[in-house]
Amino acid sequence: MINKKVRDVTNALNGIKDNMTIMLGGFGLCGIPEKSIEELVKLKVKGLTCISNNAGVDDFGLGLLLKDHQIKKMISSYVGENNEFERQMLSGELQVELLPQGTLAELCRAAQAGFPAVYTPAGFGTEVADGKESREFNGKMYILEHAFNADFSIVKAWKGDEAGNLIFKGTARNFNPNMCGAASITVAEVEELYPVGALDPNEIHIPGIFVQRIFKGENYQKRIEQRTITQR
Amino acid sequence: MLDKNGIAKRIAKEVKDGYYVNLGIGIPTLVANYVNKDLSVEFQSENGVLGMGPFPFDDNVDADIINAGKQTITTLPGASFFDSAMSFSMIRGKHVDLTILGAMEVSENGDIANWKIPGKMVKGMGGAMDLVASAENIIVAMMHTNKKGESKLLKRCSLPLTGLGCVKKIVTNLAVLEVTKEGFKLLERAPGVSVQKIKESTVGNLIVDSEVPEIRIS
Repeated sequence: MINKKVRDVTNALNGIKDNMTIMLGGFGLCGIPEKSIEELVKLKVKGLTCISNNAGVDDFGLGLLLKDHQIKKMISSYVGENNEFERQMLSGELQVELLPQGTLAELCRAAQAGFPAVYTPAGFGTEVADGKESREFNGKMYILEHAFNADFSIVKAWKGDEAGNLIFKGTARNFNPNMCGAASITVAEVEELYPVGALDPNEIHIPGIFVQRIFKGENYQKRIEQRTITQR
Repeated sequence: MLDKNGIAKRIAKEVKDGYYVNLGIGIPTLVANYVNKDLSVEFQSENGVLGMGPFPFDDNVDADIINAGKQTITTLPGASFFDSAMSFSMIRGKHVDLTILGAMEVSENGDIANWKIPGKMVKGMGGAMDLVASAENIIVAMMHTNKKGESKLLKRCSLPLTGLGCVKKIVTNLAVLEVTKEGFKLLERAPGVSVQKIKESTVGNLIVDSEVPEIRIS
């Protein structure tokens, strides 16, 4: 067994420097690596390019990094929940590349799987296709999108073991599995960390080969953006 | 005239037995409330769940189970969770039977714009571009006119496009329309709404047969 366990978040993020490109899992605030984001705020690293479906809210998630102007560029599909983000984007302080959500996911997966680029129909005929190569297959048009090239990938899982094997919960899974192994170093933070042998190999979502460092996070906030309920 | 729930009720009649359905944010989300309970239908949400159920009771809320609108939800028996790449494999791979989404503008040839107002509102396309690029059965749910009273059914979209020639059917507060080669074909009119009113509210080419039945929703 190759042991991936590191003592804490500080060790997990060792080597993160200014101007790096970082992938972060999560959809909205669901399944985001809360503990690592807190640490990035403390580290005060600047000039980051962040690949993440969303940009958090004003006072949580990636919004915390935006507030301190640590992010130079965001690559996302939907950024509608963050006023500071919109302000920085419209004022030109923040570079933004918006990509279709399925393209974003597939460009993570392509990096993980060793594909340099993929053809997708999403965005053909729109401004997303500007400057990109396009090609016809079987009578339909596709655009060529290049796989991401990131320094760190930071994901959040529900359960993990010291070998780096991961299990996700509910829709907190989202982009997290696609980002594992899609950057030079993958860091996984988990709610429950087990010794090897404790997790059933049949139940593993992401094998430890895709993960370089794993640590247990404490006291997850798991903020809810839209608490919607059915009245009894 | 229909309200948002009326639009959702009318669209619910388009959902057939055995369909996997993707519902967008806003009016489309309401459609799930009105689908005939005797049908076997599963709702997909692109953040990674198939078999979505109703909103949870207060004591059963789980922050790890949400829909694409970031609302807390439940799952029904037979549901599954999956990652984002697999979710869009379902969508791009044409495994989803029906897509219902909102729009800011639709053109008479079926182009759709729903993700950006330059210089004003930039929220992003989310999954909409993937959905409209691949889905073969797309219904748009929207108001017939914008807040200024201007038609949202145009000859050509003025806003940045989400996809080309993809919309098949539109259900608005005033009418049900089909996108044809010649333009918007008026299929049904909302209760109490005249054909003349629909003509006045539609900038794109409108095709009207002599008899236009009223929308029936129960």
